[in-house]
Amino acid sequence: MGQTIAEKIFDAHRVDRPAAGIEVIALDAVFCHEITTPIAINDLVARGKDRVCDPEKIKVVIDHVTPAKDSKTALQGKTLREWARRQGIGDFFDIGRNGVCHAIFPEKGFVRPGYTIIMGDSHTCTHGAFGAFAAGVGTTDLEVGILKGVCAFKTPQTMRIDITGELPQGVYAKDVILAVIGKIGMDGATNRVIEFTGPVVDAMSMEARMTLCNMAIEAGGTCGICRPDQTTVDYLWPFISDLYTDKAAALQEFQRFTADEDAVYAEVIDFNVDELEPVATFGFKPDQVKPVSQMENTPVDQVYIGSCTNGRLEDLQVAAAVLAGKRIDDRVRGIVSPATPKIYREALAGGIIQTFMEAGFCVTNPTCGACLGMSNGVLADGEVCAATTNRNFNGRMGKGGTVHLMSPATAAATAITGKITNSPLYKK
Amino acid sequence: MKTFSGTALFLDRADINTDEIIPAKYLTENTKEALAPFLLEDLKLEGFTPGENIRDASVIVTRENFGCGSSREHAPWALEVNDINLVIAPSFARIFRQNMFNCGMMAVELPAETIDQLFSRFAGRPTTITTDFDKATLAITAGDVSEAVPFTISPFDRSLVEAGGWVDYADTNY
Repeated sequence: MGQTIAEKIFDAHRVDRPAAGIEVIALDAVFCHEITTPIAINDLVARGKDRVCDPEKIKVVIDHVTPAKDSKTALQGKTLREWARRQGIGDFFDIGRNGVCHAIFPEKGFVRPGYTIIMGDSHTCTHGAFGAFAAGVGTTDLEVGILKGVCAFKTPQTMRIDITGELPQGVYAKDVILAVIGKIGMDGATNRVIEFTGPVVDAMSMEARMTLCNMAIEAGGTCGICRPDQTTVDYLWPFISDLYTDKAAALQEFQRFTADEDAVYAEVIDFNVDELEPVATFGFKPDQVKPVSQMENTPVDQVYIGSCTNGRLEDLQVAAAVLAGKRIDDRVRGIVSPATPKIYREALAGGIIQTFMEAGFCVTNPTCGACLGMSNGVLADGEVCAATTNRNFNGRMGKGGTVHLMSPATAAATAITGKITNSPLYKK
Repeated sequence: MKTFSGTALFLDRADINTDEIIPAKYLTENTKEALAPFLLEDLKLEGFTPGENIRDASVIVTRENFGCGSSREHAPWALEVNDINLVIAPSFARIFRQNMFNCGMMAVELPAETIDQLFSRFAGRPTTITTDFDKATLAITAGDVSEAVPFTISPFDRSLVEAGGWVDYADTNY
């Protein structure tokens, strides 16, 4: 019987089957940030087990509240920082070198096809874009991952979503994933891995694939996975060029982690994008999605461009193309957070930061802050934000606030008019 | 096997997410105990008053996809420090469900029709729910009305509860 990508990865990593349908797998990487890791560290210390399975496998970043905003967040940073030093963890990214976890870890080459990765962060599913199995977990799973290098999962069930047709101009990966979530619902993929396949995915950059996989969790998915291909090899080549004789050899190795033609799926969905319009969310659930054209004239107080979903260079380039030579509406607070220092530098060099500033945006350092209402752009009661982030839950960006999720192009166009607006890049 | 028992709190809404259970602004706390006053602070549910409705509760009965969204284990912790160690729903988000058992707490799935019946028979009345692992039932009582509802827990989940959570289980076995 053929296998899905996740089944192949599990076969290559299985440590134990403690009960029917439960698999304990060895982890290739454990990612850590300052919000969910300190309590695990404190518990390990209290248990007299202050050690790590392998410091090479553990990658650490301070990203949610940086610079620290108060004594409590300063303590979280301090706990993480001291632990990383104590445990000899070389890959620790502190302020000045830090970025949003799901942007900086792939950028450093830490994610490879066939890898197993956990992190105490639900958007860890992002890394499936590389053909990896990457899952968000709680602090206890994280703690065991740090200590033992293993994690338990149910035997993965996979659903395949074939993205077919041709993406219209001005419609992006963010529109695709929002529309998919709108179709399958916010528990449409619960306890499942989503394999994103089809010509539209094949044509996507790694950045766009990360946007796609990033929001698998908003449909309840354990992980979103794209099959590794030439695009994956090209992205990773700077990190792997000394491991393979040439790119073809790397591709051949990576393609061990593609699904068999007779793989068995829990469900297969054909999602044609020929007629897809730019979309945005309404309400407080990520599956409440409709075309931007049906939401026009919804006023906003703030526009936020950034996050692990859409804070990468490609996202900033698209937004800047919309903003070039324009000013944002006087009533709108525009905030852009390049997701990593590398992205920030490249955006500076390419004149993108200049474009944002001339349009009236505030440019912040790389951080998750505003997305979950922790810092750098919290909403007041009754305020509305157009955001390129991933969650529109009640109170997500601040108590009493409302978030509309959308692509960077739509967010930039919305900043200019002060109302939810289709970008001129979209031509129906 | 320890018994889970107490007064039930009925939350009649699907898709209650972990941001509602414990808002992100409290994730800067460095202890579980500090989360106690903020449980369900942002819950969008008509007629629900966080502090008041939670005070006596030890069990939550709710609808589909409870605990969706963020992976924050602060959600089960906020329940735990309010003495709520059992949540009953037709379905849970994967990470939340795993976090509950990883902490030695219980997330019990019952058929949606059974949950419907529990809401219609018991919601709004002072109700006590007690696990009986020997009989694999939940004893549900309100005044002179009582009912025994069968439930199942997988062997692995049971071993996590018996071990007191995943850290102890994994430390013994791996």
